[in-house]
Amino acid sequence: MNTSWTRRLVLALAAPVSAFVFAFLLSSIVLILSSYNPIAAYSEMINNAVKLESIIDMLNEATPLYISGVAAAIGFRMNLFNIGVEGQYQLAAFAAAVIGAKVVLPNGLHMLFVMGVAMIVGGLYSGLAGLLKVTRGVNEVISTIMLNSVATLGIIAGLFPRFLEEKADGAVGLGTTPLAETAWIPNLNGVVQIFTRDIVKGRKLTGILVVAIVVGILYHLFINRSRLGFDVRATGMNPLAAKVGGVPSKKMILLAMGLSGVVAGLVGLPDLLSKSHSYDQGFTKLRGFAGIAVALLGRNHPGGMVGAALLFAFLNTSSGVLQISKTASSEIVTIMQGIILLAAVVAYQMVAQVRQREEIKAASEATGANA
Amino acid sequence: MSFTQFQKLPAYYRWPILAFVGIVVLALVQELTGQGLLTSTTTIQTALKWAMPILIAGLGGLLSERCGVVNIGLEGMMILGTWFGAWGTLQFGSPWWGLFFGILGGAMGGLLHAIATVGFGVDHIVSGVAINILAPGTARYLSDRVFAQMDGGSISQSPRVESLGGFTWPVLAKGPDLFGRVERLDWFIVSDVFGVLRGLLFQMSYLTAIGLALVPISAFLLTKTRFGLRLRIAGENPLAGESLGINIYRQKFIGVIISGGLAGMAGSLIVLDLAQLYRQNQTTGRGFIALAALIFGNWKASGVLAGAVLFGYPFGLSLRDLEGTATRSLLLVIAIALVVVMVWAFTKQNIADGILAGTVAVGSLLFFLFTNTAPSWLPGTMPYVLVLLVLVFASQRLRMPAAVGLPYRKGGS
Amino acid sequence: MSTAIELIGITKRFPGVIANDNINFSVEEGEIHAICGENGAGKSTLMKILYGMQPADEGVMKVNGVEVDFSSPTDAIAAGIGMVHQHFMLADQFSVIENVILGSEPTTVGGILDFDTAKTHLAEVGDAYGLTIDPDDFVSELEVGERQRVEIIKVLYRGANILILDEPTAVLVPQEVEALFDNLRELKAAGSTIIFIDHKLQEVLEISDRITIIRRGKSITTVNAADVTAGDLAELMVGEELPSPETTESTVTDVVALEVQNITVLDEYGRPVVHDVSFKIHQGEVLGIAGIEGNGQGELVDAIVGMERPLSGSVYLGGLDVSLKSVRQRRDEGFGYVPKDRHEAGLLLVAPLWENAALGHQTKPPFAKGWWIDRKGSHQRTDEIRERFDVRSPNADVAAHALSGGNQQKLIIGRELIGDPKVIILAHPTRGIDVGAQAAVWNEIRSARAAGQASLLISADLDELIGLSDRIVVMFHGKLVAELDPAEITPRLLGSYMTGAALQGGAQ
Repeated sequence: MNTSWTRRLVLALAAPVSAFVFAFLLSSIVLILSSYNPIAAYSEMINNAVKLESIIDMLNEATPLYISGVAAAIGFRMNLFNIGVEGQYQLAAFAAAVIGAKVVLPNGLHMLFVMGVAMIVGGLYSGLAGLLKVTRGVNEVISTIMLNSVATLGIIAGLFPRFLEEKADGAVGLGTTPLAETAWIPNLNGVVQIFTRDIVKGRKLTGILVVAIVVGILYHLFINRSRLGFDVRATGMNPLAAKVGGVPSKKMILLAMGLSGVVAGLVGLPDLLSKSHSYDQGFTKLRGFAGIAVALLGRNHPGGMVGAALLFAFLNTSSGVLQISKTASSEIVTIMQGIILLAAVVAYQMVAQVRQREEIKAASEATGANA
Repeated sequence: MSFTQFQKLPAYYRWPILAFVGIVVLALVQELTGQGLLTSTTTIQTALKWAMPILIAGLGGLLSERCGVVNIGLEGMMILGTWFGAWGTLQFGSPWWGLFFGILGGAMGGLLHAIATVGFGVDHIVSGVAINILAPGTARYLSDRVFAQMDGGSISQSPRVESLGGFTWPVLAKGPDLFGRVERLDWFIVSDVFGVLRGLLFQMSYLTAIGLALVPISAFLLTKTRFGLRLRIAGENPLAGESLGINIYRQKFIGVIISGGLAGMAGSLIVLDLAQLYRQNQTTGRGFIALAALIFGNWKASGVLAGAVLFGYPFGLSLRDLEGTATRSLLLVIAIALVVVMVWAFTKQNIADGILAGTVAVGSLLFFLFTNTAPSWLPGTMPYVLVLLVLVFASQRLRMPAAVGLPYRKGGS
Repeated sequence: MSTAIELIGITKRFPGVIANDNINFSVEEGEIHAICGENGAGKSTLMKILYGMQPADEGVMKVNGVEVDFSSPTDAIAAGIGMVHQHFMLADQFSVIENVILGSEPTTVGGILDFDTAKTHLAEVGDAYGLTIDPDDFVSELEVGERQRVEIIKVLYRGANILILDEPTAVLVPQEVEALFDNLRELKAAGSTIIFIDHKLQEVLEISDRITIIRRGKSITTVNAADVTAGDLAELMVGEELPSPETTESTVTDVVALEVQNITVLDEYGRPVVHDVSFKIHQGEVLGIAGIEGNGQGELVDAIVGMERPLSGSVYLGGLDVSLKSVRQRRDEGFGYVPKDRHEAGLLLVAPLWENAALGHQTKPPFAKGWWIDRKGSHQRTDEIRERFDVRSPNADVAAHALSGGNQQKLIIGRELIGDPKVIILAHPTRGIDVGAQAAVWNEIRSARAAGQASLLISADLDELIGLSDRIVVMFHGKLVAELDPAEITPRLLGSYMTGAALQGGAQ
């Protein structure tokens, strides 16, 4: 019993670890070919990463990545490819920034209101793709890609100029009117400093981290423990068997797409609630696609995606230090991310095949029977 | 002629007829709105230039999907094409080298996709997403190592590269300039048609010529050659092919690699024809539009061309149309098209479709009536909305290769 | 006559299963040789080995006296062997000629297809064997019989003189079967050798010269068709130790458990596949539906369990109209359903057993507590199923695909029966499972019947149908055409109803 447990752990870790090692080796070759010293580069990255401020950066970076990963994962668990997290979160953040700036609400409640608007907008927008699939048979991969462009190039680009901040002196700002302080989420520096030294260099650990943790726990409870989550997973594993088992497939598509978008709505919140407090030119983009990577690397697993988000965040935050120290081109980290991802999906596939063979063997040995 | 009769016509009759109808509608709208730009030579030229990357990448998607592999990695492969297109030109001093390396770069992306999906059985969408993440990173890294060291280059941009250039068709578009003469006669519709045709032939870039030639070539390749037949069986019923001794893996590998090569060509076309330099994010999602053009074109080469023109035209028009008035009149075109859809749906007793089409047509018309100029975001958004509309009304009518996206293992296990 | 094919000691193992166990037989040139055996006896595996699709683990194969070792169908084709698969290997969107030439295309320069040569050759082949077909038709437009003709032409086009036909009559209507047999006789007259795989005894006796019987992966014997009766064959096929299903005294009550009224279902072209079907099943009764597959049984079941909305008609479960209810609501009202294909529609293969046991019952205790899945309750219930239904498995956490087919099926039967449904619908409950599991499944069906449940049984196994049912209705072209008493009917007579022969003959 014990050995089978360790075997399972080994099998579970085999894919990500071998993908990481493979990416590590390949990146080293790339670095050597571009006449960098990989060891110097890696040690620079690691030395940097253990600093408290870097860890704060990493966590701030990982937080939206994780939420975005969960958003993608909810669809993936049902074999629905919501490629549209990108458009959903940008549209949600834009709407939340505009609407949130127009209301006056007490401290805390205002923050929850902004969150709620973002979740609703995200859910409705991805629900649209679900609706198209259910009613018109439109493949969600194409529709969400198209809706991404409609949201970013169309709706946001069209409306953004109308909602620019009007400053007191009559000038026009570069973003929407900032949210009032009542909508800001407190940072977690105080909590961290109980255990460590003071955080310096103006770093602030975003309070959205708490939101991400809650999202992760809820995702776990939903997908692994709830009846609805069971229906989602059953549909993902075998849609026909699930239908025979009484799972209403159309409703499940709407639900999964909708929930995916609701979570996607939260992805843009760090900018809104703890950074710039408005939707402006510098609003962080491309987190939707990164979230897909996180979901794939973390196997849609609530814990696995934590590791994946942290790994991607580590690589992202390392690029700066590589730039400054000139130990390597900072862009090596994006290549590493790509290689890790591609290697990981291949490795997962191979491990799945090995595991399947092992299970068949184990079961026929355990029962001592053939058929 | 009834609609079904029309549908049975071969593609080389069908599409010219449709194109003619399209031009007539444009010309009518042109008369109605007094917009000279809609069918002018310069507009058509620009539209065509903008359609080309979509067309060539779409043909890439065609080859991949016809052998059964979904390729949403087209975007990433195009990005590789842009970088290698610029690099090849700068390194070897000729844009033709750039084109060569652009194709090669895209083909490497295709190879990667083939290894993952065909070799290891990774889900096609997953692999495509991974490539779309890997490719821009690679391009940026390479830019940092190569272009940033050059004069006028940076991590996000290459120095200027030479254009591939083009040529004007003799007799028809220069010298006697027959088409140009007819265009200047200003005969209703006839002049418009010849204006469009002359626009096609005047200072046609070599890449446009190649791209247009690729349409019949890929159609011929797919339907009339042994290679095409074997490629298509991999996408329709791989087990049937296998049972007749065809190496399905090989067909798929070749199809996906060519697909990547075409995407790379499309990417280098953006560099060599449109921008004359490499720039980060230069593809602006055109790989995805190419996929949409493929679906719009019902997985046929001629259809991809139609889709590419449909999506390239608003872009091209908007570049010429600085006041945005001509782009605005496209709303009227859309409204007309939707009214046709509505009438057709009602005659087919498809009430829901008819009401939906009618509603969107009214919306489009209202938008037309209550604006004077098109907002700047309209041309950029229009292709995507068009794709969605096409999918909404035609999803059930489209027929993709039967085994596309499905995993294939030898022996059927 | 010389020997066309000789198999010596062919053995093929899959994990946990021996599909072929020391198979020996030989086929003479110019004969029609039938391979006969029950579902799951190992016939299809054997044919795949013969056609190079799978390698044998042991044994020697000779074609025309020469030892061969096929690594792919290409080798088999080169040796003059062609195969007509049970599931047609045709691309629907290809024309007939494209399907035929695929893999051995005539070309001109540069690999351009030479359709003229191909069509000429196709016409020659067609003339030689009396098989006509329009080369430019798309396969999607063809009838089933025509598609099969394309498959045969495909094989002949390649110059094959040894043809393997894998259950060719399974999808055909009687007239098409006759046409096929005429074609086969012509092929034989032209000198071809034909290997014919089937388990329908009448057909086998009608068409073949010699018959090799395969039982549980072993070749039992080869007999001359002229020397045996269907009864002899049946005995050879099933062997002695096979228990035949038999119900004891009737448990039928007069309480109606399921009533189906005037169900009509249309196919995608708007033609009725189920046509005005009505019947009642009482508590403690098993109603069998006999019929060749594809006569509307699947669509009828889908309509009863709520998978698809029928065009018209109603379903009453214990007097309650469930016609407008969802699959889940119907299950909750007391439907159990064993789908015909356990991999396609019955199981979540990658999920553990306990999740598979919960599927269909995930809304109720012991699998659920309110909105949550009750993992402990689910495990307990799964263990209960594993024990009571003898699902041989290490524990409830092992993935379903690790189990043998028989154990997977017992899990499904257990899952559907343990909740004591009012009505259980069984579609081919023993298809493709071993004899032991088959007997166990039959026992469960009998005890459910004794407990007062109503069952609807659909099966291609006529012995099973006759042995278990209290009443049998025959479904033919979407209609219920006859109601029969299993106590008075033989498989042969039932077969003639299923093919429509008895109806035309005016029996009953």
